[in-house]
Amino acid sequence: MIAQLTAWLMHPLGHMIAALAAIMAFVGVNGLVLVYMERKVAGFIQRRPGPYEVGPQGLLQPVADAGKLISKQLATPEGADRLMFWAAPILSMAPVVICFLPIPFSPLLTGMDVNLGLLLILAFSGLNSLALCLAGWGSNNKYSLLGAARAVAQAVAYEIPLLLSVLAVAFQTGSLNLSVIAQEQTRGLLSWNVFTHPLAFFIFFVASVAETNRSPFDLPEAESELTAGFHTEYSGMGFGLFFLAEYSYMVIVCAVATALFLGGWDGPVLPGIWWFLAKVFGLIFVMMWFRWTFPRVRFDQLLNICWKWLIPLGLLNLVVTALMIKLVR
Amino acid sequence: MRRLMKALKGLWSLAVGLRITAVELIKPQITVHYPRKEVDNLATYRGHIELVPQDEDPGTPRCIMCWRCVDICPSRCITLRMHVQGEETGRAADPGLRLSPDVQVPYSQHLAPPPDRIVRVLDGYRLNYSLCSLCGLCVQSCPVDAIRFTGNAYLVGTTRQTFDIDLLARLQQRAASTAAARGAARAA
Repeated sequence: MIAQLTAWLMHPLGHMIAALAAIMAFVGVNGLVLVYMERKVAGFIQRRPGPYEVGPQGLLQPVADAGKLISKQLATPEGADRLMFWAAPILSMAPVVICFLPIPFSPLLTGMDVNLGLLLILAFSGLNSLALCLAGWGSNNKYSLLGAARAVAQAVAYEIPLLLSVLAVAFQTGSLNLSVIAQEQTRGLLSWNVFTHPLAFFIFFVASVAETNRSPFDLPEAESELTAGFHTEYSGMGFGLFFLAEYSYMVIVCAVATALFLGGWDGPVLPGIWWFLAKVFGLIFVMMWFRWTFPRVRFDQLLNICWKWLIPLGLLNLVVTALMIKLVR
Repeated sequence: MRRLMKALKGLWSLAVGLRITAVELIKPQITVHYPRKEVDNLATYRGHIELVPQDEDPGTPRCIMCWRCVDICPSRCITLRMHVQGEETGRAADPGLRLSPDVQVPYSQHLAPPPDRIVRVLDGYRLNYSLCSLCGLCVQSCPVDAIRFTGNAYLVGTTRQTFDIDLLARLQQRAASTAAARGAARAA
């Protein structure tokens, strides 16, 4: 029986199906964990306890939140495009599962070891901005439309520095396979790319905060200006799916940052998977820390940061990296 | 070059901001978990008003029924009822003009002589707390300091009647309960 199961898992198709099932479970649990973490971090920074009453230390709060979201009515606003309106949250959530596939949690624990893993993630995470655009367009609501327009402009702008910083690392490694890139960095702490490409890491992290629509770049959902931006009209699980997708994208960009720059699963004593998860959740904590520290940037500032600073710096970094590689080899 | 310096300075300010929030993150919380713990800084809290008892008799308010609190209240939330001893009909609105017994009024010989001392008795003192804006004008205007704010921060109710408070009855009840407690302590 066990031999049969392992044989089935060794088969590429079986491996992928098992990986997809595991990813779906991870995405769900991760949503609960991050909701709790976000509220606790927010609370502690403001010297409050955060969720405290539901369960010990408020641990069951995200479960109660999920129960509330699931039990709420799904309302479609008047004059909305039904098909687009309901396709959007699903379209936002669906690519998440594929984006998780090539992430190397540990040498063994990789959903699908493809040599274009990085490209796969970047391509499919681009679908999210299409989903936000559909949500804003289909809602028949001015706030949603404004939020969607902002989301698209922001995603288009910040995709470029993101790719430029990733390219620098890919130049050096000569591969787009995340496992290979992570494997390259297992020769001690100084072989981590964050030390050889500090500027690229900085650009990547700023651009990924913007790509995931996190504060201070949360203009598409800007609560104080657009009520909730693109998901103003969504209730219940429609909103829940956007929420879950946002948290999953946070994990994805942090996992990619870990694999590209922070040595992936590299670390002493503990098995690789724990190191990988610790680094990922450390980066997510930094993102939350940003959220409760920085005020939201204005729209012109957002685009200025990208076009006037991140893209020129990214190009410079790329050229210098190419030059160094040429000189060294 | 100047723009680069400005950008670097901006980046440094971001780092300073991050340090401030990080320090706040590790500082202890200041939230008081209410049902399990209560705050101890209610000395300056303005709850609803209450009547101050006389020093020698905790069951009788200091109030001299001058009506200033009722007159000055912008929300009209205080209702006062009183009567003058001897005249058993309670008056709700007009305290009436009373002359001192020393003043001789011409042609008043055929009237009954005025009493030596006019004793006013407080029949009721109600506060409609749902109208009160806690402005404190009644407390300020009282000439004998017969009104003060309570520190009652935990007043909760599901009906309007909860907030229509009979302050006189409250005073007498408190006096009775403290007297009972003192009696019990003495017995023990």
